[in-house]
Amino acid sequence: MSRLGALAPRAKPAGAATSTAVAFDRAAARLGGRTIWSDVSLTVAEGDFVAVLGPNGAGKSTLINAILGLLPLAAGTASVLGRPPGDSKGLIGYLPQRRSFDTGTRIRGVDLVRLGLDGARWGVPLPGLPSHKRDAARVGEVIELVGAIGYARQPIGELSGGEQQRLLIAQALVRRPKLLLLDEPLDSLDLPNQAAVAALVRRICEEEYVAVLLVAHDINPILGYLDRVVYLAGGNAIEGAPQEVITSETLTRLYGAPIEVLRASDGRLVVVGQPEAPFVHGDRHG
Amino acid sequence: MATAMVEAAIFQGLSWNPLADLRELFAYPFMVNALEAGTIVAVMGGVIGWFMVLRRQTFAGHTLSVIAFPGAAAASLAGLPLAVGYFGFCGLGALALAGIAGSRRSLSAESAAIGSLQALALALGFLFVSLYHGVLNGLDSLLFGTFLGITGRQVTVLLAVAAAAVALVAIAARPLFFASVDGDVARARGVPVRALGFGFLLVLGLSVAETSQITGALLVFALLVTPAATAHQLTPRPGLGIALSVALALAVTWLGLALAYFSIYPVGFYVTSLSFGLYLLVRVSRALASRRRTTGQLALEAA
Repeated sequence: MSRLGALAPRAKPAGAATSTAVAFDRAAARLGGRTIWSDVSLTVAEGDFVAVLGPNGAGKSTLINAILGLLPLAAGTASVLGRPPGDSKGLIGYLPQRRSFDTGTRIRGVDLVRLGLDGARWGVPLPGLPSHKRDAARVGEVIELVGAIGYARQPIGELSGGEQQRLLIAQALVRRPKLLLLDEPLDSLDLPNQAAVAALVRRICEEEYVAVLLVAHDINPILGYLDRVVYLAGGNAIEGAPQEVITSETLTRLYGAPIEVLRASDGRLVVVGQPEAPFVHGDRHG
Repeated sequence: MATAMVEAAIFQGLSWNPLADLRELFAYPFMVNALEAGTIVAVMGGVIGWFMVLRRQTFAGHTLSVIAFPGAAAASLAGLPLAVGYFGFCGLGALALAGIAGSRRSLSAESAAIGSLQALALALGFLFVSLYHGVLNGLDSLLFGTFLGITGRQVTVLLAVAAAAVALVAIAARPLFFASVDGDVARARGVPVRALGFGFLLVLGLSVAETSQITGALLVFALLVTPAATAHQLTPRPGLGIALSVALALAVTWLGLALAYFSIYPVGFYVTSLSFGLYLLVRVSRALASRRRTTGQLALEAA
């Protein structure tokens, strides 16, 4: 697996064997009788930061749902953390594509993060138990990691989009997942916040040694932080280093239509000539 | 017999000795039963109401309480115990509401469907009441409750149902909280979000059916909605919020019963007005506080 990026290879923790977090082999997904993508093969190694790109309706969220095991594959095979999809829920942190919380949401950020830890447990939580204190300490730890100490105890509806997104990332991280699935976490943020969250995800990737799949509309805010890219378009996918994938030749082949990738003087990439996705109506969750 | 005692007691009025007044409150069995029943319903309403307001299912809860009315009317028409009608209709209503929520339509379509169900329930209630000719007295207590006519056996049944409902909610507390505020993530973590939603509506139906027998179908909200809504305004902490919701429901119930005992106005009026007053007070003071904060900030920025 060659890494063409300028980033130095990261030191992995001693004793950790490099293994694959996600492996798809000629996989296909169908929704409502319609094939979303097919013949998709990709590999994500542990500790990799991978962006999932592509036009609306190309099936980016569908890919996330297939990894979560919420959508069975129509063809091909998949393994997630060495098991069939859906069998390792406890090891995956997931941040769905979502509306932000409105101002009427009277839930504290810290409680939302805590739900990521014990929200699936039945029974009444009893304060004073050792496990309760351990949980509280872990919640404090991830809130510090994402830099949200200053506002974690306020109702989440009163926070800005960037602050909410940091707390949601903390929630996804709180169980020490091996794989983090972030569906458009930069969607509702302004540019400085997009860059800050991308830098945060990169840091988490390194410090916690988590594989991250981040669905994004625009590659530019995250380009400098990425290891690899999965580009979905035209019912197919290409995976590789950003410099290999985001080129006129590769994207033209993927779309089956002429595509031009321009590089601005500041290094930003512009993809020109993207055909409209075939199924765009209300398909932001597709 | 109970009604005669109520009327004898009601017109005694307050003395100038608070201790004697307090002792008098507990002197009659009907009053002790009312206090016990009110306490049970307040605790349960406080807990379940907190989750109902959190899940934004106030309209569904209201509809269930309206459905309780034709239930009771149908039971009296058929000569069955009222409780059979309350529990039967509210259970069926909860099933219907769960079906509406499960069909995953848009929020506006869902509320329209719930509203239509509510209208039908009200129409059925009127039909049953007009078919049944012992009308007026009955209609009154179906809609506005029989707080002061509760028997010891009813209290036992209430206690059993309330204990079951609160225990179920306590066992499911965290997954239910998770599913309510963050359904997508909860589902990905393996929380049975749909089953929880369905189960919660059933428990809500049970508790509305039970509360209806005390406060009457239309006054369910006094104990189920208002204390919970007030608690949500006061704190975003879940544990504290539930405790506050229960405390407020208990306070308005006890105070309402005591006020009604020493005056000529009905219990339901006092319970509802007290909780509404509290809610209004909290909303207004929060609005004032946030305005003061904003103007303070503006002044700081200007300086």
